[in-house]
Amino acid sequence: MEPTVEVVKSDVLVVGGGMAGCGAAYEAKYWGKNLRVVLVEKAATERSGAVAQGLSAINTYLGQRWGEKTPEDFVRYVRTDLMGIVREDLVYDVARHVDSSVHLFEEWGLPIWKTDEGKYVREGPWQIMINGESYKPIVAEAAKTAIGAENLYERVIVTHLLNDPNDPGRVAGAVGFSVRENKFYVFQAKSVIVTCGGATLLFRPRSVGEGLGRTWYAIFDTGSTFAMMAQVGAEMTQMENRFIPSRFKDGYGPVGAWFLLLKSTATNAYGENYMVTQADELKKYEPYGSAKPTPTPLRNHLMLTDILAGKGPIYMRTDEALARLSGGDKKKLRSLESEAWEDFLDMTISQAGLWAAQNIAPEEQPSEITLAEPYIMGSHSGCAGMWVSGPEDIAPPEYFWGYNRMTTVKGLFTAGDGVGAAPHKFSSGSFTEGRLAAKAAVQYCADHPGEIAVDQDKVNALQAEIFKPFETFEKNQGASTTPEINPKYLLPKAGLTRLQKIMDDYAAGSGTWYRTNEPMLTRGLELLGALKEDLNNAMAARNLHELLRCWELVHRTWTAESHVRHMLHRKETRWPGYYYRTDFPDVDDANWRKFVNSKFDPATGAWEMGTKPYLQLVP
Amino acid sequence: MPSFINPEKCDGCKAQDKTACQYVCPNDLMVLDKATNKAYNQEPDLCWECYSCVKICPTQAIDVRGYADFVPLGGSVTPLRGTDSIMWTVQFRNGKIKRFKFPTRTKPEGAIQPFADMPEPTPEGLKAQELAGEPKWLMIEKMARLEDKG
Ligand SMILES: Cc1cc2nc3c(=O)[nH]c(=O)nc-3n(C[C@H](O)[C@H](O)[C@H](O)COP(=O)(O)OP(=O)(O)OC[C@H]3O[C@@H](n4cnc5c(N)ncnc54)[C@H](O)[C@@H]3O)c2cc1C
Repeated sequence: MEPTVEVVKSDVLVVGGGMAGCGAAYEAKYWGKNLRVVLVEKAATERSGAVAQGLSAINTYLGQRWGEKTPEDFVRYVRTDLMGIVREDLVYDVARHVDSSVHLFEEWGLPIWKTDEGKYVREGPWQIMINGESYKPIVAEAAKTAIGAENLYERVIVTHLLNDPNDPGRVAGAVGFSVRENKFYVFQAKSVIVTCGGATLLFRPRSVGEGLGRTWYAIFDTGSTFAMMAQVGAEMTQMENRFIPSRFKDGYGPVGAWFLLLKSTATNAYGENYMVTQADELKKYEPYGSAKPTPTPLRNHLMLTDILAGKGPIYMRTDEALARLSGGDKKKLRSLESEAWEDFLDMTISQAGLWAAQNIAPEEQPSEITLAEPYIMGSHSGCAGMWVSGPEDIAPPEYFWGYNRMTTVKGLFTAGDGVGAAPHKFSSGSFTEGRLAAKAAVQYCADHPGEIAVDQDKVNALQAEIFKPFETFEKNQGASTTPEINPKYLLPKAGLTRLQKIMDDYAAGSGTWYRTNEPMLTRGLELLGALKEDLNNAMAARNLHELLRCWELVHRTWTAESHVRHMLHRKETRWPGYYYRTDFPDVDDANWRKFVNSKFDPATGAWEMGTKPYLQLVP
Repeated sequence: MPSFINPEKCDGCKAQDKTACQYVCPNDLMVLDKATNKAYNQEPDLCWECYSCVKICPTQAIDVRGYADFVPLGGSVTPLRGTDSIMWTVQFRNGKIKRFKFPTRTKPEGAIQPFADMPEPTPEGLKAQELAGEPKWLMIEKMARLEDKG
């Protein structure tokens, strides 16, 4: 049956209602009072994205009002943590604005822990503690109230962006479909802000079977951000980067509160602190090796060195930390223990369940931690994403083309996980960056008042392509008595496992302890090519839910491909502990202290690889 | 731990205009079986265990059973979410029970006025670097600027 078609026109279209998307919708409506701001979200905004279960900390807050940190301090920290290459204009910009977002969160009702003097309780130098179970409902309420319910489209997945037929270098909107009814959506828009988060499940996870769902990063983030923007020709940067989280084993519970707030250490099975006993390894990676604090990839590297030396399991010494901090005071111990449990219950409930099921009392025994499978995104301790313009007053000419956070496609903006080379934004910085992008998008609309054209033939072709998996199933279902196994089609679950195996085997997944080289990456790319062909020709779906999974898989596959292409191009090991190019094992500042960028050409289907200079702005 | 539904408690949200778990699940997992009028998790191996369905269920019919591949049976984590706080009951495999209560919000749901006390936006303001309500909401006199353009 043909789906019904709804055309929605707007000035600012926000795709993805997570932290960045909510910030964007909010800010766009403030500056664009008379503009139509539309937010499209594939789930329910009140519990969507990485903050769906809440958070126990806001990881980016400077405390400028108390003179705690400056944006310059933040740039130095972030630059070192990602081994010397970040876009300092973007990082600085987030830092100078982020406090105002946090103050708004508090105003809207988010409980933030306070010291006796009324300051926020610090978890670490940049982090503050919150009672964050309802963080997302609060932020979503502000965004939804700002734009009005009539401008919110939930349970609609966006699958493709549209180019302007009169100017292919300009965005004209997006298309997608409802996951609740047989309906195709055409969103025509003067400006589009894509904020669909990062990418998970690209790699075979450490867990098997049901544990597939226990990704560390949000399972709902499927690479839509990167795939959709790459497909219309937007330039990407640092897509070779990934984040390998060291987390509590299997449940992937957070370690930040344990390391920073509760001052815990981690050791190998024999009680040795690898940060001390393996410290010589750091000398291989100077000047970053002696930087303080030790960059996240290098901390991973030291843990990995111990694991590969056969000294696992690695343990978080929770028992020692609690004993030390409580100093034998029972009441103090109880309150510390409650803080520790809240940390899990507010953001990784599974970990609390795992401790309960394994009878782990953190005050009595240590708990295993490990390194997870790779995750690709730009807001956390990873810096993959799009190449965007910086702010006018900071960005040098190489980094500026008119509108803050605009990609190299006119009118197309991104924020949060979508912006590359600007890590450590976290929840507060992603929301803030959404605001920055939206303000610039409103300016863009003011500068481009004309109507935007849409190519109806292209829209029709996309509609046919999007719903094709239904047809493929209908046409071929007779070829087998087992719907999951059919020679003529591939269901999305089968395609997902293929993607994960390719990436794990060839692209430095956890199965090789993050090692790869040129021949492996080249082989991986060949196999990804075959997967892409299969998805193009034979992807099948039996219902709307499977159709959703089909398009998520396509987005994941495109993200994976860009990741491999970028890893191939960077001939060094920039982030030991995230991945190793065994054929180029060193950090090579002389040749590679620069950005690797790529651009897919929608007209020819070719990828163009290149580099862009790293410019130091903060001494 | 994928979520699952206790058929004795699930009433298919017949009193509401939509099924709560189906409305909220961020990964589109919960569906209502029209024949039995009970909800179920259609893809447990893609469940993030975010507990959004557990928290929202009006009849407390939804629970979570640890991922079979790494969670031993017998533990449970049960939330009870009120208007401004949440209560958690953590039951260990060995029977031990811990209870926690944490605040969730300081203002009632629905009370947010997004642009309250913010000045009217101006064309000059749109061209400047300050975001809505800045510098007031930064709580410093002036937004920071990077002096040296590099
Ligand atoms: C386990 C965990 C712990 C974390 N801990 C902290 C912490 O302690 N402190 C902190 O500050 N930050 C923390 N973070 C990081 C923070 O949550 C992220 O940095 C932030 O949410 C990123 O914002 P975003 O908008 O880019 O992505 P998200 O918030 O994930 O939003 C993406 C949105 O896009 C939607 N979407 C995706 N694809 C589509 C599509 N094709 N069409 C329509 N909609 C789509 C999704 O449903 C989602 O709503 C944590 C994250 C995780 C996962």
